[in-house]
Amino acid sequence: MSERKIRVLVAKPGLDGHDRGAKVVARALRDAGMEVIYTGLRQTPEMIAEAALQEDVDVVGLSILSGAHMALAPRILELLKANGQSDVKVFIGGIVPDEDVPRLTEMGITGIYGPGASTEDIIREIRESVRST
Amino acid sequence: MTLIDSLQNGDRLALTRLLTQVENDSAAGRAGLAEIFRHTGRGHLIGITGAPGTGKSSLVNQLALHYRKQGKRVAIIAVDPSSPFTGGAVLGDRVRMRDLAGDAGVFIRSMAARGSLGGLAQTTAAFAQVFDAAGFEIVMIETVGAGQNEVDIARLAHTTVVVEAPGLGDDIQAIKAGILEIADVLVVNKADRPGVENTEKALKSMLELGHPMRHIFQHHGRAMQVESPRDDSSALWIPPIRRTVALEGRGVSELVESIAAHAAHLHVSGEWATREQARLERETEALLARALMSHFQQDVAEAQIESVMGDVYKKNISPWEAVQELMRLHSQKEQA
Repeated sequence: MSERKIRVLVAKPGLDGHDRGAKVVARALRDAGMEVIYTGLRQTPEMIAEAALQEDVDVVGLSILSGAHMALAPRILELLKANGQSDVKVFIGGIVPDEDVPRLTEMGITGIYGPGASTEDIIREIRESVRST
Repeated sequence: MTLIDSLQNGDRLALTRLLTQVENDSAAGRAGLAEIFRHTGRGHLIGITGAPGTGKSSLVNQLALHYRKQGKRVAIIAVDPSSPFTGGAVLGDRVRMRDLAGDAGVFIRSMAARGSLGGLAQTTAAFAQVFDAAGFEIVMIETVGAGQNEVDIARLAHTTVVVEAPGLGDDIQAIKAGILEIADVLVVNKADRPGVENTEKALKSMLELGHPMRHIFQHHGRAMQVESPRDDSSALWIPPIRRTVALEGRGVSELVESIAAHAAHLHVSGEWATREQARLERETEALLARALMSHFQQDVAEAQIESVMGDVYKKNISPWEAVQELMRLHSQKEQA
């Protein structure tokens, strides 16, 4: 019974209202045996960090299609750190231009996935990142 | 600073980490529970149950807003099912509780049932203890969307609220044993929908058939009756039926009044203490069953179990005979 489940918060910060991708990923992670806390649309960075704390998740998955990732991602990382959760891995799915990827990785985003990314890759990389801590 | 000091000082990181340790049944989790146990017993544990889609989460959201206005700290434990195949889960109750974000007086924790039947997870009761000890006056426990038999919540909560919605069942559903029986307060949510009168009528007729009666808990084959200090019928609780529209917050203050009236009734009748005892006995029993099982698994080798099961598969012995054989192997090992 002491089997360790991977807990993932799937959240959609910002104002775009398209959450099909987030739901597809949530479902895929569920089928991979993870516990996914789904928080719905239009979350502020503060709401996401608060939920990550209350749920004590291993991973936060952000779905961002609005182009606001360079503003949202550092803010969320900062809040997680302030709450004592700098060990939480943050992944982004959505529309992220290639030139932003190195900067996001440098600030501490663990994985970035665009359209057409396979859920198998996401699952494998989440497992690896959680195992490495 | 000790763990209990951190919890009572509102250290949310310590709280969330303890919950994870408890959920994973780790040594640290068990030690934490032992430390906090004597600080429990002040919180009002309120169970919210009902079929999927009746509006439990939205109602919990509204109730929490109300309790916050009264200045009470509110913890919410929201249980959703785990997949029986992969063990994974999507926990979506927070989606309906976004009004509570940003309030340090509220703490919401989602739980997957992790294979447990009965509407709760194995460690839900322990979570309630942690929140209680941490000083949350109100601990709301939202069960898995319940069918007819997920009644564990009645043994955990002081007050069980059963949420119905119009159009879900007729008066035959209402006289069956199970979930409606455990209600201390009945709610017809989505009361702006057609059919609300019929649902309310069916619930009313159920109550008229069944009440007044004493609440008797069956356990150990022993019936544990609630003895009230007064022997007149005024000491009996008849579940009120409340109409609500959770999305608009309609009827919620009346529901809060009914829940408070029930808590007062429990104190006056002496049932509060009885329920606490029944809960602790049940919890201890469940832990004992788990301890015995792991004791058994340590003593009897997997190969022995497999060989006995092989005989069952071949229909040489029945499952019951297999149990007798396994028990024999276990006591042999004990004596050796």
